[in-house]
Amino acid sequence: MAYSEKVIDHYQNPKNVGTLDKSKNNVGTGLVGAPECGDVMRLQIEVDDATGIIKDAKFKTFGCGSAIASSSLATEWLKGKSMEEAVKIDNMTIVEELNLPPVKIHCSVLAEDAIKAAINDYRKKNGLEELKFEESVIH
Amino acid sequence: MLQFPIYLDHNATTPCDPRVVEAMIPYFTNNFGNAASRNHPFGWQAEEAVDYAREQVARLIGADPKEIIFTSGATEGDNLAIKGVYEMYASKGNHIITCNIEHKAVLDTCKHIEKEGGEVTYLKVKENGLIDLAELEAAIKPTTILISIMYANNEIGTIMPMKEISAIARKHGVLVFSDATQAVGKIPVDVNKDGIDLMAFTAHKMYGPKGVGALYVRRKNPRVKVTAQIDGGGHERGMRSGTLNVPGIVGFGKACEICMNEMEEETKRVSKLRDKLQTELLKVEESYLNGDKEHKLPHVTNISFKYVEGEGLLMGFNKNIALSSGSACTSASLEPSYVLKALGLGDDLAHSSLRFGLGRFTTEEQIDYTIEQITNTVNKLRDMSPLWEMYKEGIDLNTIEWAHH
Repeated sequence: MAYSEKVIDHYQNPKNVGTLDKSKNNVGTGLVGAPECGDVMRLQIEVDDATGIIKDAKFKTFGCGSAIASSSLATEWLKGKSMEEAVKIDNMTIVEELNLPPVKIHCSVLAEDAIKAAINDYRKKNGLEELKFEESVIH
Repeated sequence: MLQFPIYLDHNATTPCDPRVVEAMIPYFTNNFGNAASRNHPFGWQAEEAVDYAREQVARLIGADPKEIIFTSGATEGDNLAIKGVYEMYASKGNHIITCNIEHKAVLDTCKHIEKEGGEVTYLKVKENGLIDLAELEAAIKPTTILISIMYANNEIGTIMPMKEISAIARKHGVLVFSDATQAVGKIPVDVNKDGIDLMAFTAHKMYGPKGVGALYVRRKNPRVKVTAQIDGGGHERGMRSGTLNVPGIVGFGKACEICMNEMEEETKRVSKLRDKLQTELLKVEESYLNGDKEHKLPHVTNISFKYVEGEGLLMGFNKNIALSSGSACTSASLEPSYVLKALGLGDDLAHSSLRFGLGRFTTEEQIDYTIEQITNTVNKLRDMSPLWEMYKEGIDLNTIEWAHH
């Protein structure tokens, strides 16, 4: 299967690979997927306490090129967004941006789940109620 | 100068040897006759060419030319052997023994037999990919008519103890069929020394053309028969009808002759390269060899690189190196290799595996490049793997509650 140029570019030059200090209160971490399934994504956001804007985002992913590209793209999109905007990132926009084939849609779902998990982790740490999400359709 | 892409997937298929192509060419144009045309020189010429190829093929496996049934390939050979024996020996019994790392062409044929009312025992292989001989013998019952065990595995390259298997079969009067697709032409295979009654193999795995293969069917001690699965003009002693693929068969014969003449030298050269590749890649931290170390084809190795995913790994170099992975992501099924899982590998290690198949035209320069590329890509991907980070922090991944999806 041939990859789109955007997937290849993210794979070769992934944006925002790394680790944020998860002991900090303004850092939210989402860890989704499972080694047995062949994909694990860890996505972290660092939120500016004063403005509520995501000032940094980092990821590490175990998975195929599409999974790496989906998480790399997600971190790019998260930076500079408010939490409200971040919640609205939909997996299908990732699919469109990266031109993912149907068998790779689950990679984008995983990225969306990782964003939501990171936001909820941040909310929990800061005494906010966790957001409820509908189960993602494609798993 | 290194030319790209480098081909290291010889278990999937091999390029035609130029000498094979050369032998085939006249049979497309000038000598185009139908080998079954008995009444004119075109037919005689084709028949003569087929007879010669039949000898070349038979010689490679120590058989009599009369025992060679030409087919379209090993999948057809597997089907013809298993279904053909099942139907021919129905009065004797309906039980077949095979193992769980066979090729799909055998496993799915066995499933078909089960649907027809037959009984199939699937032996589990040990961690090294070999069957347990005591378990094999224990599985034999009065209704057992066939033991179907592959000569060598296509993913991990392990070689089954065929002599021991056939000795057990013989003791109980059971026929032995072997899918020897990966073994013939690569290692010495002799149907008499190995005690094999039926054996399927194909030209395109040994530098011959695609679309042609053979089923060996023993004629003496015991005389074996199979019920035809393709009916028609009664070609191939009535066991496989259909106009013979003369150019393909000529190429197959030539490929067998070359393998026979050059096997010893080629094995020495290729196994040295394979050993270098294997040794260097196993120096990478947390890398594991899959399958038995000793009982293995000389050109094959299969290695898992823990904490990186196979398809992601291939993507690092697959523009320049053609390889295959046991990772789910390379197939539509999302299930990792059933062969690696049968060895008891966790899904994580199965997802992290690469299969290397070296060949006649593989060079040391290509192997050096491959070692360098794979090592670099593994390191790069581990730098972005959350699992590698956890492993380095001493976190036991089994204690984490993963969100299975």
